[in-house]
Amino acid sequence: MAIEVPRIPLGQWIEAGLDWLTSNYSMVTRGISRVTQTGIDGLNDALMWLPEWGLLAIIVGLCWWVANLRLGIGAALGLALIWNLGLWEPMIETLTLVVIATFVAVVIALPVGIAAALSERLYRTIMPVLDFMQTMPAFVYLIPAIPFFGIGSVSAIFATVIFSMPPAIRFTTLGIRQVPVELIEAADAYGANRAQKLFKVQLPLSLPTVMAGINQTIMLALSMVVIAAMIGADGLGSEVWRAIQRLRPGDGFEAGIAVVILAMLLDRVTQSLRKGRKT
Amino acid sequence: MNENRNVKIRVRNLSKVFGNQPKKALELRNQGLKRPEILDKTGQTLGLSNIDFDVYEGELLVIMGLSGSGKSTLIRCLNRLIEPTEGEIVIDGENIPELDDKALLECRRRHFSMVFQNFALFPHRTVQQNAEFGLEIRGVDKQERARVARNALHQVGLDGWEDAYPNQLSGGMQQRVGLARALANDSTVLLMDEAFSALDPLIRGDMQQELLELQNRMQKTTVFITHDLDEAINIGDRIILLKDGEIVQIGTPEDILTHPADDYVARFIEGVDMSRILTARHAMRPVRATAREDDGPRTTLRKMSESGIDSIYVTSRDRTLHGLVEVDAVEQAVKQGKESIRDIMTQDFRAVGPDEPLHNLFAMFSEKSFPIAVVDDNRKLLGVVVKGAVLDELARAAEPAQVGEKQVGEKQHDPETLAAAGDA
Ligand SMILES: Nc1ncnc2c1ncn2[C@@H]1O[C@H](COP(=O)(O)OP(=O)(O)OP(=O)(O)O)[C@@H](O)[C@H]1O
Ligand SMILES: [Mg+2]
Repeated sequence: MAIEVPRIPLGQWIEAGLDWLTSNYSMVTRGISRVTQTGIDGLNDALMWLPEWGLLAIIVGLCWWVANLRLGIGAALGLALIWNLGLWEPMIETLTLVVIATFVAVVIALPVGIAAALSERLYRTIMPVLDFMQTMPAFVYLIPAIPFFGIGSVSAIFATVIFSMPPAIRFTTLGIRQVPVELIEAADAYGANRAQKLFKVQLPLSLPTVMAGINQTIMLALSMVVIAAMIGADGLGSEVWRAIQRLRPGDGFEAGIAVVILAMLLDRVTQSLRKGRKT
Repeated sequence: MNENRNVKIRVRNLSKVFGNQPKKALELRNQGLKRPEILDKTGQTLGLSNIDFDVYEGELLVIMGLSGSGKSTLIRCLNRLIEPTEGEIVIDGENIPELDDKALLECRRRHFSMVFQNFALFPHRTVQQNAEFGLEIRGVDKQERARVARNALHQVGLDGWEDAYPNQLSGGMQQRVGLARALANDSTVLLMDEAFSALDPLIRGDMQQELLELQNRMQKTTVFITHDLDEAINIGDRIILLKDGEIVQIGTPEDILTHPADDYVARFIEGVDMSRILTARHAMRPVRATAREDDGPRTTLRKMSESGIDSIYVTSRDRTLHGLVEVDAVEQAVKQGKESIRDIMTQDFRAVGPDEPLHNLFAMFSEKSFPIAVVDDNRKLLGVVVKGAVLDELARAAEPAQVGEKQVGEKQHDPETLAAAGDA
């Protein structure tokens, strides 16, 4: 006596919703697409315009300045290897995507995180959404990106921003909520208004936590940008993708090692920024 | 204390209920129920109930009570860090509970600086920047606030530490920064919530002393919270005793010690070292007899034997103290046929002011056995303290049985008794 339960057409609904969005907001998506593509090309061209050794020297100097000589030497060796393997251009393309995606993610995440920290109601709405965003398998985001922005780097950025944003929001909210109540009380007692409290007390005190969130966002962005090769994003990911398709494990590993080097550099630099510069 | 002082803050009928049904709680309170019953019946905590007091301009008012008595709630109602449920808090004509948000910020900036038990310094700001905080919030320009803050840091003895961060300082120094932050703000009222309670006893004593000196110098109206009676007595011009959110007694430290309003207060003061609080005035007795400089030895000897004393203070007619003669010396002078006692007068005795703490007198008795002379600023003889009286007074102060007993004070303070005895 099996009761026939009709299958809920969840997938169809989602598709209908996406169709509606793409057809009604194509102006918007095309606008976004053009701006983003211009940004990507601009940054990419700028980084590629510099000779390899020039950019290498700048990055090494930066590592030395924000962290220490050791990181500088490490950066020099790692980047020289990438250059030597002929992966310089894909590495630049990946770096560009990561930088732009992270920038967009942080620009959205900071105000949202601050708002969620200050409003209990928003906090309770937004946390489940973040959980959802983070537990959804990464490449599911790639699928709706295509109807919006087509195959290519813009879709990659879109998917990456969504995937990498939650930690930046979460940590911003956490950082602000962690500010000891006595300090808030002290600020109140001296007559600070909301903006003064935020900018003179809450934000400065949550900065290390916010930076930890941004660090995580960068790491997630890097991993997503590599996966985004599946929808045509340029960079180290597409090198790996090509190696898989042509069954050339050596090439695949070379590109993989380049990703690891880039990841380590990004991680160490942002970590040192978080802990404060040592001079 | 001065009677006709200006009232800086007037608090009337102030109550605070923690919970979501304040009306109900206050209704029960009006029916005469107390905090525990109200909590049982409604789940509401009656934090403060019907608080009435004035803070005078320039005084250091101490609010004292056990943990949970409502001290922090009371001080936070003053600047509305906690919203009062009902009542009036008037400062310079403004009723604080009625202020809108903007006026409240303005009021906090102008009137209140606060010093916190756990310092509440901003760890990302230097000592200097911490001291500047209040001025920065008020929009004072950079150079001016730097100057004022440096001056405040100088006042609390932190010259040279401007660029340090709070975590580089000891607890005592951190609280000095907290104090400097409050002083720099130049508000009209200083609120201190257990400001010294987190410091170890030695540092704490120093800080109390310094606060008193600052207070003497600047005459800043201060509300100081403590749960420590010794501290309250040490620094307070007046003390308010809180219990379960109600005021049990308001008075000078001396009032509270000598006339505790009820058993609660009496128990509170049991632990206090009375010899620090009681002064020569309390143990002073009327002078039974005095001699004049031009009295002859025979007259003097008769005065002494009539009163049964073996040393006598010599004063002029207006009671100015000149010296002391001992019975041995007088007897000898009689034998030698001397005209007056002027030559045998000695300065080898101790004279103290009426406010000398009793514990200082102990040491004096071990040097000499003469009664100690108590004199006023013009060296007029007010009375004498004999050794036994000091002990009597301490014993009496230690007895809780003195609650409400009046005659102790009257006997000592009645100036007529003294005058009559002196002129005899
Ligand atoms: N936010 C609050 N919610 C509920 N009850 C509170 C709240 N704040 C204080 N109380 C209660 O009000 C009463 C007075 O608290 P308050 O903090 O003013 O006491 P206190 O005299 O400062 O004590 P302590 O010496 O421990 O600091 C206590 O019973 C406390 O539990
Ligand atoms: Mg308290």
